[in-house]
Amino acid sequence: MTPKNETEISEAIVSAKGPLRILGGGTRPIGKPIVGEALSTAGLSGISLYEPGALTLVAQAGTPLAEIEATLDVENQRLAFEPMDHRGLLGTTGASTIGGVVAANVSGPRRIAVGACRDFMLGVRFVDGAGQIIKNGGRVMKNVTGYDLVKLLSGSFGTLGVLTEVSLKVLPKPETTATLCIHDQSVAQAVAAMSAALGSPFEITGAAHVTDARKTLLRIEGFAKSIAYRTEQLQNLLKAFGAVDVVTEQNPWPDIANVTGFAGVTDDIWRISVRPSAAPAAVAALPATSRTMLDWGGGLIWATAPQGTDLRANLAAFKGHATLIRGTADVPTFHPEPAPLAAITAGLRAKFDPRGILNSGMMS
Amino acid sequence: MQMPIPNADVISRKSQIVARLRQVLPAHAVIDDVVETRAYECDGLSAYRCPPLCAVLPASTEEVAAVLKICHDMNVPVVPRGSGTSLAGGAMPTADSVILGVAKLNDVLETDYNDRIIRVQTGRTNLSVTGAVEEGGFFYAPDPSSQLACAIAGNIAMNSGGAHCLKYGVTTNNLLGVTMVMMDGTILEIGGAHLDAGGLDLLGVICGSEGQLGVVTEATLRILHKPEGARPVLMGFNSSEVAGACVSDIIKAGVLPVAIEFMDRPCIEVCEAFAKAGYPMCEALLIVEVEGSDAEIDEQLAKIMTIAKTHNPVELREAKTADEAGRIWLGRKSAFGAMGQVNDYMCLDGTIPVSALPEVLRRIQELSKEFGLDVGNVFHAGDGNMHPLILYNANEPGQLELCEAMGAEILKVCVEVGGCLTGEHGVGIEKRDLMLVQFDPVDLDAQMAIKDVFDPKWLLNPAKVFPLASSESRRAA
Repeated sequence: MTPKNETEISEAIVSAKGPLRILGGGTRPIGKPIVGEALSTAGLSGISLYEPGALTLVAQAGTPLAEIEATLDVENQRLAFEPMDHRGLLGTTGASTIGGVVAANVSGPRRIAVGACRDFMLGVRFVDGAGQIIKNGGRVMKNVTGYDLVKLLSGSFGTLGVLTEVSLKVLPKPETTATLCIHDQSVAQAVAAMSAALGSPFEITGAAHVTDARKTLLRIEGFAKSIAYRTEQLQNLLKAFGAVDVVTEQNPWPDIANVTGFAGVTDDIWRISVRPSAAPAAVAALPATSRTMLDWGGGLIWATAPQGTDLRANLAAFKGHATLIRGTADVPTFHPEPAPLAAITAGLRAKFDPRGILNSGMMS
Repeated sequence: MQMPIPNADVISRKSQIVARLRQVLPAHAVIDDVVETRAYECDGLSAYRCPPLCAVLPASTEEVAAVLKICHDMNVPVVPRGSGTSLAGGAMPTADSVILGVAKLNDVLETDYNDRIIRVQTGRTNLSVTGAVEEGGFFYAPDPSSQLACAIAGNIAMNSGGAHCLKYGVTTNNLLGVTMVMMDGTILEIGGAHLDAGGLDLLGVICGSEGQLGVVTEATLRILHKPEGARPVLMGFNSSEVAGACVSDIIKAGVLPVAIEFMDRPCIEVCEAFAKAGYPMCEALLIVEVEGSDAEIDEQLAKIMTIAKTHNPVELREAKTADEAGRIWLGRKSAFGAMGQVNDYMCLDGTIPVSALPEVLRRIQELSKEFGLDVGNVFHAGDGNMHPLILYNANEPGQLELCEAMGAEILKVCVEVGGCLTGEHGVGIEKRDLMLVQFDPVDLDAQMAIKDVFDPKWLLNPAKVFPLASSESRRAA
């Protein structure tokens, strides 16, 4: 089904005889495969409001991400949370939609500095599992009027409702970007270097470690003079870790954001969230053949694991969570929650989707 | 302000309730004396007062859980209280409620500069969180005006903002984890020192839920290294339209100031008379602050001033020194005190799209004439969060009601132009009955469904946020 508007989405849900599989661009098949009739948001497309001077954009959920990025580009603005493109890693094709980005709360390396997708969300309209059309938030940056369902819907993977419209805060693009690289770092050294940089006043907007290459990368953005100044300051701050080079070749951040280094591997792919200082021990606890890449200063670990491995068993000693992004392991995709939290999650699902028909079971 | 009729049955059981609470708390932590409970009769919305049934001051998460379980089992409403600075009546008691104050929960539990987090008990004040990490060069970014007094518990309940949100976000953007006790005494751990809590974004919905979903006793907060420096520039304009256009142009040019503050003529006049900061007498004044090293600040201020000049400012004054910066901020920072010297005032908190600023200011002036009450406007222009201050005389019968009626009209204008009722103060009791201006019943039902899950008996802060008629069936159940 490809309804043309919100009302038709509501009608489709009300008249659904069985489970529905909610589709944006279909580029991020994360979670348990869903059995059910496809309900696409592709018919809801278009930017309904864009005010560059107010840093605000409102779009229908099915609007292609590329269209939004092109529109923002004209005004030299962007989605600052740097949404990851999963297509390479997951071997999918098609065009990502803004609704899909929000439903999966997809962010990238800049999340460490500016926040995740959910932090840029100002408002939503959605249709719940009973077909009710609900709005929350709005289009202004500061809004504490009532409960924040905007955050609840962000990252709910279509299990609480079908997003029909999203409002986002956008930010200006910087004049200049520079990447600094420290070579030949162990994971422990890399995390220490990234923590030192992120704990400085020099506004790091990306901090990643490519474990295979033993390269630690730091990004700074802003006006040219400021970049020059901060480069020098960071080189001085981090000199104990070795030479800090300015990267002059190709921009490395898309590969980090999109985890393209793991695109072709046959192993399972895991995404692990821990406190940054726990990253070296967490990496050490993984199977010997695991490859890793660290983002968010070490707080986000991308890891490969032999097919079928339950990495959560390796990581039991660590606080945080692990998500099976791609793979064969017969384990829940999302990290199982402690009983009291699982009860609340189940309670919320029962309220918003009483028949259990929206992407049912996807987040289990 | 209408409040629900207190439950006579609960009031009649006061001595049993107090006795049960004394079984789980030290004697001094249960306050039931009618004189002493008056200390808890109101919060920052002091026009409305009602002493609670009793007040409890637990000193640990376990004690909070024990108190809530007793109240849950005995069907007693509970009103959580941070420092009681809410301007919306968020901590206002009812006669049949137990006030649960978190003031004794004020320890720092962990500070980690490598992971850039601090974990605190939530009775700790906002400013003392920064105080705990200052020696490491760090700070906690959300900075509500009441930061000297307000507690993190209240900041989380109201999703508090501050003057610097344009760059750093509000509480929800800086909250990584909580320990929260639900009404039935269940203790939840959500998130932590890692950057994204797993599962559904419960942290996001708890933050800003006005103490209706649970009592947050511990919080993991993101801390940041302080910038090397910050300096403002002051600019005056002959119309608010031009000032608004200037704000828009600055933002479009790719400069992201840490704060953009706006004051209109009535406010400038009062502040200048009070603080003698040397402000120009004009229709609109902007204070724009940027951060960084000296050279970075110079560069950003130069760009901002170039833009400002294209709008023909009547005054353009760059702070070159800390003293000059202090003078620029002096009037703005004394705005609320200055207004208070002139008269009683009510501070509103609606947010509008920045592009609607001239229209909203014009309509506020029209309402000011219609109601016969003066209004000064001071607000965070970068994010559209307005703080119209309506002046009235609290001692004159009928003036408070007139002021509230005018405030309601202003907030309706905010919603009409695409904004909202409250940007950072919260709904509480103050804006509760305006919620249907912004939301349809189905929208409020979806919000109340969340409370149904966390607090099925509707005992936690039940008379807040939702219009009483909308929540009545749930509260009575």
